[in-house]
Amino acid sequence: MSHDTLNPEVMPSEPEKATLEGKNKFLGFWFFLGGETVLFASLFGTYLALRNSNNGGPTSEELFGLELVFVMTMLLLTSSLTSVYAMYHMKNNDFRKMQIWLGITVALGLGFLGFEIYEFYHYIHHYEFTFRSSAFGSAFYTLVGFHGGHVLFGLLWIITIMARNAKRGLNLYNAPKFYIASLYWHFIDVVWVFIFTVVYLMGVI
Amino acid sequence: MSTTTAQRTGFGAVLWDYLTTVDHKKIGILYLISGGFFFLIGGLEAMAIRIQLIKPENDFVSAGFYNEILTMHGTTMIFLAAMPLIFALMNAVVPLQIGARDVAFPFLNSLGFWLFLFGGLLLNASWFLGGAPDAGWTAYAPLSTTSPGHGVDFYILGLQISGAGTLIAGINFLVTIVNMRAPGMTYMRLPLFTWTTFVVSALILFAFPALTVGLFLLMFDRLFGSGFFNANMGGNSVIWEHLFWIFGHPEVYILILPAFGVFSEVLPTFAKKRLFGYTAMVFATVLIGFLGFMVWAHHMFTVGLGPAANSIFAVATMAIAVPTGIKIFNWLFTLWGGNIQINSAMLWSLSFIPTFTLGGMTGVMLAAAAADYQYHDTYFVVAHFHYVIVGGVVFGIFAGLHYWWPRMFGKILNETLGKITFWTFFIGFHLTFFIQHFLGLMGMPRRYWVFLADQGLDTGNFISTIGAFLMAVGTIVFLINVIVTTSKGEKVSGDPWDGRTLEWAIPNPTPHYNFKQTPLVRGLDALWVEKTEGRKEMTPAEPLDDIHMPNASILPFIMSLGLFIAGFGFIYQIDNISWLLAVFIGMGITLGAMFVRSVKDDLGHHIHKEDLDKGAGL
Amino acid sequence: MKGWMGKVRTLLLLSVLPLILSGCGKENLTAFLPKGYGAQVSLDLIVISLIVMIVVFIVVMIIYTMVLVRYRQKKGQENFIPKQTEGNKALEIIWTVIPIILLVIIAVPTVAATFNLADESDKDDSLNVNVTANQYWWHFNYQGEEIQTSQDLYIPTGEKIYLNMISSDVLHSFWVPSIAGKMDTNPENENTMYIEAYEEGVYWGKCAELCGPSHSLMDFKIVAVSPDEFDQWVEDMQNVDPEAEPETASAQEGQELFENSCISCHAIGSSPTALAPNLTNFGDRTAIAGVIDYNKENLVEWILDPEKLKEGNKMSSAPYLVNDELNEEEANQIADYLLQLKPSEITPESANNNE
Repeated sequence: MSHDTLNPEVMPSEPEKATLEGKNKFLGFWFFLGGETVLFASLFGTYLALRNSNNGGPTSEELFGLELVFVMTMLLLTSSLTSVYAMYHMKNNDFRKMQIWLGITVALGLGFLGFEIYEFYHYIHHYEFTFRSSAFGSAFYTLVGFHGGHVLFGLLWIITIMARNAKRGLNLYNAPKFYIASLYWHFIDVVWVFIFTVVYLMGVI
Repeated sequence: MSTTTAQRTGFGAVLWDYLTTVDHKKIGILYLISGGFFFLIGGLEAMAIRIQLIKPENDFVSAGFYNEILTMHGTTMIFLAAMPLIFALMNAVVPLQIGARDVAFPFLNSLGFWLFLFGGLLLNASWFLGGAPDAGWTAYAPLSTTSPGHGVDFYILGLQISGAGTLIAGINFLVTIVNMRAPGMTYMRLPLFTWTTFVVSALILFAFPALTVGLFLLMFDRLFGSGFFNANMGGNSVIWEHLFWIFGHPEVYILILPAFGVFSEVLPTFAKKRLFGYTAMVFATVLIGFLGFMVWAHHMFTVGLGPAANSIFAVATMAIAVPTGIKIFNWLFTLWGGNIQINSAMLWSLSFIPTFTLGGMTGVMLAAAAADYQYHDTYFVVAHFHYVIVGGVVFGIFAGLHYWWPRMFGKILNETLGKITFWTFFIGFHLTFFIQHFLGLMGMPRRYWVFLADQGLDTGNFISTIGAFLMAVGTIVFLINVIVTTSKGEKVSGDPWDGRTLEWAIPNPTPHYNFKQTPLVRGLDALWVEKTEGRKEMTPAEPLDDIHMPNASILPFIMSLGLFIAGFGFIYQIDNISWLLAVFIGMGITLGAMFVRSVKDDLGHHIHKEDLDKGAGL
Repeated sequence: MKGWMGKVRTLLLLSVLPLILSGCGKENLTAFLPKGYGAQVSLDLIVISLIVMIVVFIVVMIIYTMVLVRYRQKKGQENFIPKQTEGNKALEIIWTVIPIILLVIIAVPTVAATFNLADESDKDDSLNVNVTANQYWWHFNYQGEEIQTSQDLYIPTGEKIYLNMISSDVLHSFWVPSIAGKMDTNPENENTMYIEAYEEGVYWGKCAELCGPSHSLMDFKIVAVSPDEFDQWVEDMQNVDPEAEPETASAQEGQELFENSCISCHAIGSSPTALAPNLTNFGDRTAIAGVIDYNKENLVEWILDPEKLKEGNKMSSAPYLVNDELNEEEANQIADYLLQLKPSEITPESANNNE
């Protein structure tokens, strides 16, 4: 296998789609996100059906405070922006800057995850509101927890490919990998916007 | 370069080859073998059901065991037999039909298969570990959430794992068909089987996640104490029904559309005529797929959704009859004016038309909500869905296997045995299921362990059981046919049927790389276009060059094995917390394999053009 | 609407006639011989859709047969290549438009019937019965009447009865094919349907949603009697003395045993206890536990080993069985007591006699 085709003299403007494998990954990942959309839509539907079934336990009005969630939203929205910067630098074939911006993305994502863990801890210890306390509790932790799980997986993924390619730089083999990881990150962000609206805003108002 | 595929030295090498293969043709064979195996198990379960119902108040099996059998019959036939057998045909044919050397994601293709297989094995392991699931293949809560033992847990974990495999396969075919078509193979030149594969893959993509979520919620309720479907915690069992059928209705189109595709290939080939109304056929396929998402609540007419919802879903369901009718008439007019040659593949296809029309008729009747109050959950429904699933899907699989057997294995299945299979199975099928329409309206609900004596149901049930035995005979003769053909059948040319589409433009046996040179497609029925202009082969679209092929890998097998182990952990951790260890080990194996996949470059290998003529990689 | 529905009904009679002759199931069970309003509405719709569909099927089969007869390969024509027709606009429009028209013919009465059967406008003026489905028996609580029965639902003919249905455990479905189509019973919400029986009779009811091992043994009956008889039945049932002393000594023994043990789940007379079937009019039942032939021998067997006759039923875990506290003689006495619980002259017999 000649590595030359993967390390051309001049990197194309869209290195993530320059090879057939890259094109396949790009398209396949978009399809995957379509499936993920249905997954979250089903979870949202379940949550909407059960959000008032608190079974005598705390209600959403009693639980949710928008301040913390607002900070979390800002963290995640910003991280989406920083991942856009990273992809911008990828297209300019500036590997170092791409890595830096991805690093910032990861840091922001970790911050988000920390707040989420604190939030869950708070609900469990101050309100005794758990996964098992009511159908509402089950639906809340499942929907938000699935999102949190996606954030965690996204972070591990980005860290892995950053570490793996730290020494060898950007080429046409790993460019699609970076690109779809950033797509995934955007998707997580979009889902969070819906969670913020449907769970928290609608839960408080 | 990897030449493992060329070495056929002994059983171990062949086994290793199949464990690691990423070749779509071999994966197709793996799907065929495992799907066929599960089809036989599901068939045995069906026979147990019919023997139990041969006479009133029979006690061939106990009531609880009967529920396990009927649950496993449905689950096995849908998820572990029909779907993989369809995937077998898709894998064997679709890349060839579009002129590709492999699918878009060969590694994922292999992963999809192993996930399906391990999921199926996990589900069936329940037989030996305290009892199979017993809440029906629909697993309606709260029966499924309160069912004692671990049967339903095996259902949840088994389907979750094999469902992930199906989703992966769906995405793979979508990308394959979009990105891997040969030059000139425009969308409106795609063979109908490829079109149906495309639509079905989209259905899988958008339907299976609903099942994934449903299974997660069921798992949380059973194993982790949540209350989604528990009325005492404010939960609602109807949510499960919605999630299940949002998946479940598209699922039946996932099964039937590829069968439509098969008939749309077989009928033109043996009528020597191009498919009548190709554009309308494509449009109808897409429309059926689209409408398939709008009608799930017709499975829930008696749940109490109210007359408005029932009416909307009733009318939407009836609308599906229009594109389906278009297809039936297009097939009839494909035959009209043709030169119809009748062989086994054609017998299955021809008999499909009246059989499926009957199934479609009862489908429209079932759509009438106020009439469905009588049909619902009776043997009328059982008869209806066997008419469409056996009369459509199973007939389609048999037709497809007879038609593409020479492509997959280089030999034509024995015609005499093929005809014996057909007639016994066909007569047995109608004997079994036609009478069940009447049994249903005469007051026999489905999933009944016994029917009482002196309720006018004896004769019908007896006839039905006799029919089932005939179907079993047909299936056994087919197995004999496979053995006889494999051992004694003669090798045929690459184009034994005077075919029309690209898969027949390849020599026999199919080279590892499918096409030495990517073909140039110049019209619908690409090979036929060349034949009418007096050529025997496709015009190449590229000069002879090195061919890039993916590497084999054991990782898909290991990833699936990890989830299999973790599945046991999830099921048994509720009895003993130390089983969580199995969860960690299993997930560790899977994530570890994913990590290896992620950090280890897999650039594939090349077959050099000098080696092509020597038959390298065969 | 009514006019042509009538014509369809005549047509239906004609088309159903052969079926009746050849046996279309057991009377009072089969949906082919409707004896109630809902079943009639459903059957009308079934017949309309069936007729339309048979027309379609005949058209398909005519073309199909012609194709096979005319265009099957003949000897010596193996190499004949027919004309490669692409399609035919006119034909394709025809077989798109005509099915749409046919579907409208089915859809309009479907929507009408669906709304008709969900009508609740006169619910408050009618008799309401609260139905509770349990693994594996049915409980009927007559709203405002202080009457409760299990397994046998007595109703007057010619009146709309509203059933408010719920489940105490898993999903079940209430189905009396000769009277009306089915309705599921869910654990979290009440479903309402109405039934109206045209004729007196004892109608078979079945559970139509898989609910566990004994799903197929969850039968019940609707006993439709004349309105006068029903009124008397109501009066009799309201005047039941749950402690009335039986005549025979054995039954008296049985009563005492019953009141020391069985009463914690089973009620006699109107009582909020509904953990197990209400036995007020057990002496008039048509079957034991829904499906078992009604005689003393079977009743004793049932009391001593319910699991054998109905797998997974909750009586199997009753304390008297778990602790093995009941001998055969005692079971006989309880049976004697139960069999003489006949509070009313209106029984399933009265429903049958008037035919």
